[in-house]
Amino acid sequence: MKFLRDTWLVYQRQMLLVWRTPARLVIGFVQPIAYLVLFAPLLKQALAPTGAQTYADAYRIYVPGLLVVLVLLSGFFAGFGLLAELRSGVIERSRVTPVNRVALILGRAFSEVTTLMGQAVVITLVALPFGLTVHIGWLLLAYVMLALMALMACALSYAMAMLIPSPAALGPLINSVSQPLSLLSGVLLPLTLAPGWLVTIAEWNPIYWTTNGTRALFTGNPGDSAVWIGMIVVVALAALTVTWATRMFARQVR
Amino acid sequence: MIEVKGLRKSFTLGKRRKTRTVEAVRGVDLSVAEGEIFGFLGPNGAGKTTTARILCTLLDPDDGDAVIAGADLRKDPAGVRARVGYVPQGGTTTDEVTAREELVLQARMHGIHKAEAVERTEKALAAFELTEFADRQCRTYSGGQRRRVDIAMGIIHEPKVLFLDEPTTGLDPQSRAHLWDEVRRLRDGGMTVFLTTHYLEEADALCDRIAIIDHGEIVALGTPTELKHGVAGDVVTVGLNGAAPRAAELLDGRDYVRKLEIAPEGLRLYVDDGTTAMPQIMRALDGGEITFDTVELHRPSLDDVFLIKTGRSLRDK
Repeated sequence: MKFLRDTWLVYQRQMLLVWRTPARLVIGFVQPIAYLVLFAPLLKQALAPTGAQTYADAYRIYVPGLLVVLVLLSGFFAGFGLLAELRSGVIERSRVTPVNRVALILGRAFSEVTTLMGQAVVITLVALPFGLTVHIGWLLLAYVMLALMALMACALSYAMAMLIPSPAALGPLINSVSQPLSLLSGVLLPLTLAPGWLVTIAEWNPIYWTTNGTRALFTGNPGDSAVWIGMIVVVALAALTVTWATRMFARQVR
Repeated sequence: MIEVKGLRKSFTLGKRRKTRTVEAVRGVDLSVAEGEIFGFLGPNGAGKTTTARILCTLLDPDDGDAVIAGADLRKDPAGVRARVGYVPQGGTTTDEVTAREELVLQARMHGIHKAEAVERTEKALAAFELTEFADRQCRTYSGGQRRRVDIAMGIIHEPKVLFLDEPTTGLDPQSRAHLWDEVRRLRDGGMTVFLTTHYLEEADALCDRIAIIDHGEIVALGTPTELKHGVAGDVVTVGLNGAAPRAAELLDGRDYVRKLEIAPEGLRLYVDDGTTAMPQIMRALDGGEITFDTVELHRPSLDDVFLIKTGRSLRDK
């Protein structure tokens, strides 16, 4: 009970900060919307071999990938925010209170997830006039999957930030993790276009399954095996990374 | 209120092969009474902040024990947290939130329920003269206002002991004086205040008792007056315009003069208490018909104490 209350307290505070710094939110939008407007129109032709006949088809394939990129890459950068707060003494101030230690990090992670999901919704809405159509039920399920991916990315980033508490070193580390993860998941173009060896490698990448799952939901194939595999994978990964991050955090800040 | 015995803490710096161990705190013993302002004076890197952080449960000591407001630091850190307030160096206010929001949050982090947190915030805002701009974002505050918000956060849960780490660093003289008044007011209300500082004036003017710390060890401990009297008496320097040798002859051996020497600027007399010795010196010179240009009284400062105990001046830093 106290744990939930404390998490809620930290969450509210972080959401207040997000609300007060709209510039950060806007910056988060710029890149995905640029991709949506300036890159996605090329896709009708490019995706034709995968069976995309119309712009709607192309957007159903592309938008979920874009959302995966958004939640993963932005989520991976959550660690920088944590480092800044550790340095500024804000967290230290909380540590001399009886507030739950796990709540300090979970409240933060949930606020990041909320922000990212807000951005995901806006991007979905922006894509509608371009011809994206998607079943609302499957869309909501896809959002659940995306939210879990965002949580996983944040938690992983927090854990890495506590492992390497220097922003200068953390950046390259995050890039070297996130680049191959996203390339090997077919976020930009589905890997059905890829040569067999690339798919074989990609099948070892958990993000490949979650991306395919999200995409299957957008394209209206909830029965696709990628949906349930992706869901199991992302639940397991989120649980794993959150446990890791909270342990690291609790050990470091006590 | 605070009892510390044999506190030790060392850090390992550097990476892999090139590590070196820094002993930040090397056996600190101290005892702080209820309702006093206790100052920890020392240069940067002396171990002041480390000690304060250990006592606030933010760092584990390598060795030693401490009891703070009845709670054992090692056995009951949660009890310590409930009884102390901590204001870190440089403060922790966030630009984008208001003083009211900061205070309510801090109160609620202490487990105080919402209505009570709001009520306490109102009182704290009034007590620290923050009500007027309580709903403005902290970015618009002056350094002194921000520091007052920090201290208000530190006491929102009504702790027994307040730890202030370098509370006036970076403040202008006026804000500093204002903050000193706030700290005295807290003490007068019965709170025990433990503060670290590297400002001699602050230790001298504000603290009831001081521990001077250098290289992780306490080198002197007492009230400012005790410390200053302990090292040396006062020095009276008389500018004599060439008559110094004659004056020296006249004053040598008087019971209020401990020692004298002829210096370039005149005659330097070491006395126990300058305020009583000075008129006697002047009368003696008058009686000997020796005219003098200037009389100057120098009382030992905490810097003299520091210099004698450590061989270095705190001011040169």
